[in-house]
Amino acid sequence: MSAPRMPIESGVPDPFQYMHPVMAKNFGTWAHHERPRPGVLCHTAKSGDKIWTVRAGTQRQMDLYTIRKLCDIADEFSDGYVRFTIRSNIEFLLSDQSKVDPLIKKLGEEGFPVGGTGPSVTMIAHTQGWLHCDIPGTDASGVVKALMDELHEEFIKEDMPNRVHITTSCCQINCGGQGDIAINIQHTKPPKINHDLVANVCERPSVVARCPVAAIRPALVNGKPSLEVDERKCICCGACFPPCPPMQINDPEHSKLAIWVGGNHSNARSKPTFQKLVAAGIPNNPPRWPEVAEIIKKILRVYKEDAKDWERISDWIARIGWPRFFELTELPFTKFHIDNWRGARHSLNASTHIRF
Amino acid sequence: MVKQMHNTPMLDQLESGPWPSFITGLKRLANDEGKHYQNMVIDLLGQLEHSYETRKGYWKGGTVGVIGYGGGVIPRFSEVAEKFPESKEFHTLRIQPSAGMHYTTDSIRQLCDVWEKYGSGLVAFHGQSGDIMFQGISGDTVQQCFDEMNDMGFDLGGAGPAVRTGMSCVGAARCEQSCANEQKIHRMLVNNFLDDMHRPALPYKFKFKVSGCPNDCMNSIERADMSIIGTWRDDMKVDQAEVKSFVADKGRKYVIDNVITRCPTSALSLNDDDTLVVDNRNCVRCMHCINVMTKALSVGDDKGITILVGGKRTLKIGDLMGTVVVPFMKLDTEEDYEQLQELAENMIEFFAENALEHERTGEMIERIGLVNFLEGVGLEVDPNMIAEPRQSSYVRMDGWPEEVEKWNQRQAEKRAAG
Repeated sequence: MSAPRMPIESGVPDPFQYMHPVMAKNFGTWAHHERPRPGVLCHTAKSGDKIWTVRAGTQRQMDLYTIRKLCDIADEFSDGYVRFTIRSNIEFLLSDQSKVDPLIKKLGEEGFPVGGTGPSVTMIAHTQGWLHCDIPGTDASGVVKALMDELHEEFIKEDMPNRVHITTSCCQINCGGQGDIAINIQHTKPPKINHDLVANVCERPSVVARCPVAAIRPALVNGKPSLEVDERKCICCGACFPPCPPMQINDPEHSKLAIWVGGNHSNARSKPTFQKLVAAGIPNNPPRWPEVAEIIKKILRVYKEDAKDWERISDWIARIGWPRFFELTELPFTKFHIDNWRGARHSLNASTHIRF
Repeated sequence: MVKQMHNTPMLDQLESGPWPSFITGLKRLANDEGKHYQNMVIDLLGQLEHSYETRKGYWKGGTVGVIGYGGGVIPRFSEVAEKFPESKEFHTLRIQPSAGMHYTTDSIRQLCDVWEKYGSGLVAFHGQSGDIMFQGISGDTVQQCFDEMNDMGFDLGGAGPAVRTGMSCVGAARCEQSCANEQKIHRMLVNNFLDDMHRPALPYKFKFKVSGCPNDCMNSIERADMSIIGTWRDDMKVDQAEVKSFVADKGRKYVIDNVITRCPTSALSLNDDDTLVVDNRNCVRCMHCINVMTKALSVGDDKGITILVGGKRTLKIGDLMGTVVVPFMKLDTEEDYEQLQELAENMIEFFAENALEHERTGEMIERIGLVNFLEGVGLEVDPNMIAEPRQSSYVRMDGWPEEVEKWNQRQAEKRAAG
């Protein structure tokens, strides 16, 4: 018997073999860029060379037919070169300006929206959800499809004060990450424990260690070693569920959606910021999650009307203050908005700075 | 034998509307006559509809891998396989794309051809960690599929308590704001730790992300254990003729409202003749004015990187941003790059030895204090590491004279080095 094939540990591939020749030639020597229209960037190199980028939205979870269609389009219009953005938009790279408009027309005919540049609502960063994750409280691709249908106009136009990054996450681990607006599962009931399975499936000490509020302790239940949860301490975060699937946290009724705003990764103007809770208790309502869409659209409408150019949602709220945010968006302010986690006093108003 | 399609009234509602539909895509695969994946996708759609109806997920993990590696395949076994047997195994291969996610259509087509042979036909470009996610393969063909992709020059990414797949922005390949060779840093760092990626044995995950400028398009401060961000330390460049033409085009009020007054350190001023003054000593390289005036303003020439450490999301102690551990490092020579690599090695070694199980670097630093971390990895304290000095007097400071002496010595060395 021959020895098994061992992997070639090649790691991250060299990008130059896949890079558009104009980009490879002018690597590190770009001079400036413009956005001739939504969805199109034009970068000029110090050599005078130009490259046009046409950005289009995708469904991220793509079938072979969709991917090959995108390849056909790239072969016809962009010399066979593409790249993807961090938010699953595809970018066609063109050295020939005369092909830009025909490419946009073709993408329109094939159902790929062109946009996502500058002050637009770009594609929603998301994960796997019910399609593939082992711990999801909701779906990802479906939520995103439903929301991007609603936000399509904001993707193909550049009508926002600044760019808007939306993320979704199907549990509180928050794989979708920080966003100007984040839509995340928020569980509201402690895990339901199947005591027959815990001893066989879970490494109990590591599950106990995983709990952020020390609410889990080993216990004998019906004569079997298991775990029990102090439900008064439990914050329903779901941290115990991944290492111990018999501690089911997902609940069709009580796993709700929450909306957070003001996350911003950029250092432009202000330092990076984390997102803050603005709404919760929203039903997890497939297949189109209309209650979520309504709140998102409301926040975006108010932001669009009230923010100044170049203000991200976090900059805008820093200027107008949180009371005004809740007033303008007509979202209820509750005791749950006041943080009580460690370090929370930093989030309180220790001043008389109050807007009337 | 082709199965009958399940009724999917809820999923069907995701086929209308202007955004491309992943359900329509899945149905194309489910209707793909004669393909080995047809029945698998039919049952996948059935299971997904079942999730939509019951509002619950039905996948569980397990152990699936390829010879020689301990991670990189995400195992998924269905909990409702009795109802949907053909998709009972639906594993994912995480494959690392090139740095910056560049592709020729040839390379994508080749990957698709392999996936058509062995997988479900469903691919995500890309997962949140930066991998191409080939979603849906049964355990018995994982090895062949990986072997063929591996022969094309693609390798598995990270999963579990391991060095994870890294990410870098398009950077120098297309962006004038790039202050670093992002792809080189990304490849050097990740490819130096392939053993820690492919054989998960760290306390928990460790992520590298590289952004070419402080706009941080890779979200590295908030998401990476080690965040590398390009910056510069000489004066930013101002093309006064272009400034004038920008003012002429947009108007003074626009420039004052959107550029001058938005500078976080009030380092900008517009002259009466519509030229711009920059107080470069107080510029914090936030990028805002350069983002607005892309032709008139640009980054300086004396480029390098800032390194931040410890970013992560909530679990377990709450959200943490990465914080500065190296305010500025030149990356001109191979020796400079080696120094960066050595620092990364020190950090991962320190993390491996000192972090608790399931503890990220940021949480470890929170527990032991930044100073212990700096001493552990061999870095000196610097006032750029803090937003402000300590407020609490509850600290023992009997080593004060020695620490002052260290600072004075370092300052003297700096002056001597000029």
